Amino acid sequence: MKRTINLTINEEAFEAEAEPRLLLSYFLRERAGLTGTHIGCVIGECGACTVLLDGRLVKSCLLFAVQADGRKVLTIEGLAKNGALHPIQEAFVQQYGLQCGYCTPGMVLASYSLLRDNLNPTEEEIRKALGGNLCMCTGYVQIVESVKAAAKKLQQS
Amino acid sequence: MIPAPFDYVRPTTLDEAIRLLAANGDEAKLLAGGHSLLPLVKLRLANPKILIDLSRISGLSGIRQEGDQIIIGALTTHYEIESSELLKQACPLLPETARMIGDVQVRNRGTIGGSLAHADPAADLPAAILALGAELRLTGSDDERWIKGEDFFLDLMTTVLKPTEIITEIRVPVLSGRFGTAYLKMPQKASGFAIVGVAVWIKVEDKACTAIGVGVTGLGAKPFRAKEVEKKLWGKRIDHTFIDADASHVDHGIDPLDDIHASAPFRAHLARVYTHRAIQEAVKRAGVSMPSR
Repeated sequence: MKRTINLTINEEAFEAEAEPRLLLSYFLRERAGLTGTHIGCVIGECGACTVLLDGRLVKSCLLFAVQADGRKVLTIEGLAKNGALHPIQEAFVQQYGLQCGYCTPGMVLASYSLLRDNLNPTEEEIRKALGGNLCMCTGYVQIVESVKAAAKKLQQS
Repeated sequence: MIPAPFDYVRPTTLDEAIRLLAANGDEAKLLAGGHSLLPLVKLRLANPKILIDLSRISGLSGIRQEGDQIIIGALTTHYEIESSELLKQACPLLPETARMIGDVQVRNRGTIGGSLAHADPAADLPAAILALGAELRLTGSDDERWIKGEDFFLDLMTTVLKPTEIITEIRVPVLSGRFGTAYLKMPQKASGFAIVGVAVWIKVEDKACTAIGVGVTGLGAKPFRAKEVEKKLWGKRIDHTFIDADASHVDHGIDPLDDIHASAPFRAHLARVYTHRAIQEAVKRAGVSMPSR
């Protein structure tokens, strides 16, 4: 039986119907049309579907949309403001922190979650914070460099 | 990766949840963080007819002190345990263990009650629960009972929980006096699950061990308390012979798991090595110097 699900996605109210078994990742992509949340493994290993739920980093394939009813979701689409990339996104571009881009929304949001709490992370802290996100093309060196560069940008702003 | 259809209910009180559980019995599954249950229903290894989402019941999460005990609500997340200042002071073994579970995203959603009820043989928290002699509060429709961690786990993914019971709280002691704790594990590289994990709590007085708890995960079908090891170290003087061969008793009477990540003999070997190291680390953290062998 379908249910009405109310979310606040990127600070805007959104309502749609869905079966309880619909995963949040599919709800965001297919109902809300926010395809920046990527579907990778769908078993909670790869982190491509990472979003923030009430401010905490989660994998949206490990949640049914109905579980998020009434909560706030931040997806990758919510980071850029007025057409300007978020400093973390800029840093990923400038430091070549992506190749195919599939893991990037999750990587950027995991970085966002880290840097919100810690503006001066060590390399080990960065690697731990990204531990739930897999990249299958670049390896992690440029991604870690991107997070370091993003931290510098955010310290200055 | 799409579960079979199910009905979904979201009670707001514990009584309502217990009523729903009693009414639906084996057809119902409790949903807490869902990080064990969702993979199971997506793979259709579990096909519940109804999911009872506990997340909106107030009072089932949080960490508080009551006298010489810390009470942890069953819906408390691994992140909340990892970052609890109260636990870091009063029972540091739990935050240390929680910090080593999965990844950030998993720790933000996974709950202590869910992990214990699921009883995965490679889960981290059971090792700490056993080492600490923690107790679980199981609430059913007619009564409730407190059960010791060591009596809770029965077998692979099997516990004493009745189909109509909910784990509502976990009680651990406030550690006092001169003590040390440690949780060490050999993680499976991709998942982070423990191939073997050993949690130790040790109390020290006058350079002797006056109490010790050793919890082991990953080795057998269920997590267990290494009582043989504890017995041999209880009351023993802490000098360079303290652990000696005693850690090698850890796998006595245990039939080790055997899979693609580690053979049974290798797992048993790892358990002995990690037991030795975890005890050594706990002793060190208790502020006692003990030359390594």
